[in-house]
Amino acid sequence: MYVAVKGGEQAIDAAHDWLAEERRGDVAVPELSVAQIREQMALAVNRVMAEGSLYDPDLAALAIKQARGDLIEAIFLIRAYRTTLPRFGSAQPVETGQMACDRRISATFKDAPGGQVLGPTFDYTHRLIDFALAAEGEPPVAREGEANAEAMPRVTGMLGRDGLIQQEAPSDEAPPDLTRTPLEFPATRPLRLQALTRGDEGFVLSMAYSTQRGYGRNHPFVGELRIGAVPVEMEIPELGFAVEIGEVVLTECETVNQFIGSKTEPPQFTRGYGLVFGQTERKAISMALVDRALRCEELGEDNLGAPAQDEEFVIAHSDNIQATGFLEHIKLPHYVDFQAELELVRKLRSEAMAEHREAAE
Amino acid sequence: MDDYNFAYLDEETKRMIRRAILKGVAIPGYQVPFASREMPMPYGWGTGGVQVSAACLTPEDCFKVIDQGADDTTNAVSIRKFFERTAGVATTERTAEATVIQTRHRIPETALTEGQILVYQVPIPEPLRFLEPRETETRRMHALEDYGLMHVKLYEDIARHGEIATAYAYPVKVEGRYVMDPSPIPKFDNPKMEMAAIQLFGAGREQRIYAIPPYSQVVSLDFEDHPFVPGKAPHDCALCGASDTYLDEIITDDAGARMYVCSDTDYCAGRRGDYCAGRRGEAI
Repeated sequence: MYVAVKGGEQAIDAAHDWLAEERRGDVAVPELSVAQIREQMALAVNRVMAEGSLYDPDLAALAIKQARGDLIEAIFLIRAYRTTLPRFGSAQPVETGQMACDRRISATFKDAPGGQVLGPTFDYTHRLIDFALAAEGEPPVAREGEANAEAMPRVTGMLGRDGLIQQEAPSDEAPPDLTRTPLEFPATRPLRLQALTRGDEGFVLSMAYSTQRGYGRNHPFVGELRIGAVPVEMEIPELGFAVEIGEVVLTECETVNQFIGSKTEPPQFTRGYGLVFGQTERKAISMALVDRALRCEELGEDNLGAPAQDEEFVIAHSDNIQATGFLEHIKLPHYVDFQAELELVRKLRSEAMAEHREAAE
Repeated sequence: MDDYNFAYLDEETKRMIRRAILKGVAIPGYQVPFASREMPMPYGWGTGGVQVSAACLTPEDCFKVIDQGADDTTNAVSIRKFFERTAGVATTERTAEATVIQTRHRIPETALTEGQILVYQVPIPEPLRFLEPRETETRRMHALEDYGLMHVKLYEDIARHGEIATAYAYPVKVEGRYVMDPSPIPKFDNPKMEMAAIQLFGAGREQRIYAIPPYSQVVSLDFEDHPFVPGKAPHDCALCGASDTYLDEIITDDAGARMYVCSDTDYCAGRRGDYCAGRRGEAI
């Protein structure tokens, strides 16, 4: 005899207990500390901060621990926490030209004021598994050099002085906040950039890659990629002037793209822009390419109907928390809907089979 | 849970959601954009419904949550616990006792009354979405009351299958104006939407809220020669014997044996005089 299924509540509690035990793993192995994750899984922490839209390395490290290393789950934890925080106001725009750069490269000029700084990059490592890392040993020490006191002005600024690159119209308007207003299409560029900087790294990467393979090609050069710390200043109403409230590490990428021109305007380069929390250069470069692709109509190019040129397609599908939620919800019970479909298919089949029988007779 | 406001959301957010709800009630069936928040449960689990419930609940309310008609499905349990923790409201499994009912995929069998609020969880609020994927286009179509595409779709169903091949999320027209997605309820439930309670629909991921005020006209789309027929399995409930309720089909062995039972567990238990749970949940 069938008894109505009960026990959802106990099942949930038991599942949570089991999850907690699995998270800890073999207790003979020492537990990871949040500080270890923050220091030694720094690029994972950076990704969680970037896509979680919250700059807090300790919290991101804790989220990674809680999520058992599932970065999208960790991003989700950060987002759900972030949304409960009050918004005190907007900071002053950060001055990335004054960034204390750990890394600064240009693919367009062999040298530029401030020089090229490789910084801590995987770029020229040989991807050979380093078995020595499996053994704990002395911490590696990097060789020391002279600190570079020279200013590092932005490369696109130098192009801009000669009018070689399109100037973006300056604005003192406070940009809209994607997390506080419903997104409506067509969106503005500030909203698009916000969506891209918190968008899924894999999705933005693939969209950017598709432009390189011809789906909305825009001929990008990495004018400059820089990674480093910038101070964040905020104007305090009671004081009447801006004070420094902290420091964030950012990755900024400006691409120099195909030129435009018209009868009235001489040809000049255009740009795509990427700015992401932390050391996240794959994401920042991808973001710049997709930003540039989405500007096709603004810059008078043909919209070829490529996915990366389609604002609604890109922005509506870039968020991995939305995507994973909707994707995974199909594992929730749907038996009421399925029952309705079942009845419909049975009815259609019986009608169709009756017609076949009549035709045969 | 002292760190969080009553019913989790901060008052500013609730105010924003209430404004969207009021606008929705004023324009029945119209999808109002709202600044949906990230909730501590995934998109697709009812974040829109949860935000609408959070904006409606007061400390005096009595809250009921169902998923697939049942109070004990895992996600219904999870959402009920969420509000027990964050709002400390009384909860119930009895439809008649509840002042706010959050539902996924069903309308309770017990007729709702004035003063009750039915909150639906909505995955895709746009009834035209699978005919036209672009939001910019579908908003224009609603604005111009351009629903030809929907009628062509229903007509094509009839041409291909002999009848309209939509069994759930069957589109309705509200107060003669907006075509609306009733959320993925079986079309069996569509006629119940002309009711005394307020119906609110929340789509979190898609950032939309819409509403049907009490006693509004809700018409399931059809043709004169192919009128709308609400469907259900041609059986009675094996537990309570009801012949007029929506039924779940349960596979009881691997030889094709099946039984049919009410999907609305509260209604079924009530008919059998078998209430095991009355009011539940204490404030913490």
